[in-house]
Amino acid sequence: MPIKSYLAYPVRGRSDELAAALRRLSGCQVFAAVNRDVLVLVTDTPHEAADEALQGALADIPTMDALALVAGIGDAIIDSEATPAGAHQEGPHDPA
Amino acid sequence: MTRRDLLRSMAAAAAISAAEAMFPGILFGAAGSPGTGAAELTPSDGGVTWRKTPCRFCGVGCGLLVGVSNDRAVAVKGDPASPVNRGLCCVKGYHSVMALYGKDRLTRAMVRKDGKLVPVPMKEALDLIASKMAETIKAHGKDAVAMYGSGQWTIPDGYVASKLMKGAIGTNNLEANARLCMASAVTGFMTSFGLDEPMGCYDDIDHADVFVLWGNNMAEMHPVLFSRLLERRLKNPAVKIIDLATRWTRTSMAADRSILFKPQTDLAIANAICHEIIRTDAVHEVFVRDHVSFHEGKTHIGYGLEDKFTFKDEPKTIDLARYRELLADYSVEKVEALSGVPARELRYLASLYADPKKKVMSLWCMGFNQHTRGTWINNLVYNIHLLVGKIATPGNSPFSLTGQPSACGTVREVGTLTQRLPHGDVTEEKARKLAAEIWGVPVERIAAKPTYHTVEMFRAVDRGDIRFLWIQVTNPMVTMPKLRRYRDGLRKDDRFIVVSDVYPTPTTDVADVILPSAFWIEREGMWGNSERRTQHFERMLPPPGEAMSDTWQMIEVARRLGFEKLFPWSEATHIQEIWKEYRRFQAGPEHEMAPYEELRRRPGVMWPFVNGKETKWRYNGQYDPAAKAPFDFYGKSDHRAWIWFRPYEAPPEVPDAQYPFWLNTGRVLEHWHTGSLTRRIPVLHQAVPAAYVEVHPNDARRLNIVNGGRVRLTSRRGTLILPAQIDGRARPPEGQVFVPFFDESYLINELTLDAFCPISGQPDYKKCAVRLERA
Repeated sequence: MPIKSYLAYPVRGRSDELAAALRRLSGCQVFAAVNRDVLVLVTDTPHEAADEALQGALADIPTMDALALVAGIGDAIIDSEATPAGAHQEGPHDPA
Repeated sequence: MTRRDLLRSMAAAAAISAAEAMFPGILFGAAGSPGTGAAELTPSDGGVTWRKTPCRFCGVGCGLLVGVSNDRAVAVKGDPASPVNRGLCCVKGYHSVMALYGKDRLTRAMVRKDGKLVPVPMKEALDLIASKMAETIKAHGKDAVAMYGSGQWTIPDGYVASKLMKGAIGTNNLEANARLCMASAVTGFMTSFGLDEPMGCYDDIDHADVFVLWGNNMAEMHPVLFSRLLERRLKNPAVKIIDLATRWTRTSMAADRSILFKPQTDLAIANAICHEIIRTDAVHEVFVRDHVSFHEGKTHIGYGLEDKFTFKDEPKTIDLARYRELLADYSVEKVEALSGVPARELRYLASLYADPKKKVMSLWCMGFNQHTRGTWINNLVYNIHLLVGKIATPGNSPFSLTGQPSACGTVREVGTLTQRLPHGDVTEEKARKLAAEIWGVPVERIAAKPTYHTVEMFRAVDRGDIRFLWIQVTNPMVTMPKLRRYRDGLRKDDRFIVVSDVYPTPTTDVADVILPSAFWIEREGMWGNSERRTQHFERMLPPPGEAMSDTWQMIEVARRLGFEKLFPWSEATHIQEIWKEYRRFQAGPEHEMAPYEELRRRPGVMWPFVNGKETKWRYNGQYDPAAKAPFDFYGKSDHRAWIWFRPYEAPPEVPDAQYPFWLNTGRVLEHWHTGSLTRRIPVLHQAVPAAYVEVHPNDARRLNIVNGGRVRLTSRRGTLILPAQIDGRARPPEGQVFVPFFDESYLINELTLDAFCPISGQPDYKKCAVRLERA
């Protein structure tokens, strides 16, 4: 799952520190809410092993209270063309 | 921007939308202002500009914000300013912009030469279309050319189509695919109220105590709206959701009570509820006395299975006493035997509607409309609400849902159906005169007689009465019932078929000319959703290659046919000019539309829009400026809503020894209609890559069918082999099977029957008889 997005909840009053800690990690993009204590975190890692390592680093951040996964986009989707194999094939479309 | 950037942006958008759902009013970034629908992320987010649009897919009409960067749509989120979805999206909405970027987008015009489609310049294709149209009219008459459009047409698309076909050429050969999904809702409204479209709006959800879902798998087909029902129940635990259906679905799972009935017996169930309301003296006597009149029409009205079928109802006025007599056959005990619904459940349903302390919302969609008695069943649900006076007030609302983004806005309001004009019917002299005046054409040019509704139109192509057909934004070679006949008809040598679309489909396969269309936010337009809300979207992106909006394609052809004066607009301002002209048709308190500037500014505006104010509840004097009394059903000349006695009548084809199963068809959450868009979105395609047949486990056991195993389905019209699904997301009762129609590899409409409601002309895709065997 090389691309994931999360809602990250800081320990009360430590939103800025959490944002800074996340931004220091490789492969992390952070959108901080300006009127709530919540951040959107998007992670982009090259492979599953790197993703697992990043998960470990996230778990070690002391200003992180909770992390909720919202979306995950796997290798198969990232590497696929926009037109899947199931799209139109010209033909008679006759039933079996 | 790379594909990876796009996917990263979409992941961010999903999380931002989730946050917005949890924390209404949350802001991301200094410049962000979701409340205005003009939110922007901070510059560090890559310079993404967010612009508002309605979602491309269903008729709920969710407001979206599309993130655009460097002429590319890179992200989507729900628009928190939209009163429809309040920042939420469903899985299709979140991934909608990926439908712009399928690698097989049509970018060049194609013309069939020596049997093969070859690319040509757009100008050459438009010249050919105009010359073929002119040649066909000269050789065979104006009723030999036809246009078939869509509930995905923008309002300007539909308006130009109507003006071209009805005002310029002078034929009523104009239809749209909404005939296949909404026509019975229209005739239901017209016969009960004299005017189309719901009296209430989505705000009813926030007031209702009971939701009765009639044959409507809302959890999958209208998921965002269904989430509003769940939210209402979460905040008010006394709220009840009743799922009344022919198969167990995700909606059944979420409902407080699931009631399964035998196909077609919804007619009897609705009558049983009315019978029980009268039997228990629960009729709202004052409301009925002051605002209702009673009527009956013809019975044994046929099914339209033969070509050139016609029907005309003969309404007779009756009174409550006679109505009560006619309902005598619909006691709960008798209807239990017919429908399979226990009498106690029927009494329970009646008690919900009858309880004066409960506000009740009924919701329905294709289960009612795709029905050989579709008009009748629409009438019958109104009967229930009218008998107890639960209508046109907040929370008391019979509500017809729609399946396409502008089935209401374009097809029903602009009137892109054979019998309609932008205001009124072609049969009404007053309506023809108004159209002639606004269009600047002689009134005699507007034909006073409707020609063909959709099934009859495709039959006319097959017979050769129609020789030229232009299809836009729809895929009838997947959706027509009894498909083989109509595909063979379009393939005949002396037919000329034009198809405008964004991707190749089974319909472009039969085309003589393919025009590449600009898609959704690659052009400016408006759509109208289920709650009378008109929503504007601007052109955010350049279309690929020579792709051109459907509106402008028609204008180019109209000019080549010599109608330059009727279509004088410039390319830069034509949408605004068309809107200005179209609004003239709807002037007045019953249907006043918002000015263009208001539509650009707001996340949708509900009509009637009078003195700067939307009308949330029509026919109610407290809210509706056109109503002259506390309740005024001004669509009818007697200013009353009409209760119709409509009996139960069996469908034309029922299971028998040779074909012992009912076949029901429909949709799934992840795919929209024929899948020509959603099957090109990898996430959605991978979620549900192929169609299947749902089989009850007992039937599967008996027939030695295993989950995923191949099954042969056979009807009197064709055969299809497809994989079985047993206890997947839904379960049909024993003796029934269900097949979704999104997958062009499994054309289930080869098997369906082209029977239709004689009043609306809408086919029944929910009931025919099939045989089921292990393949």
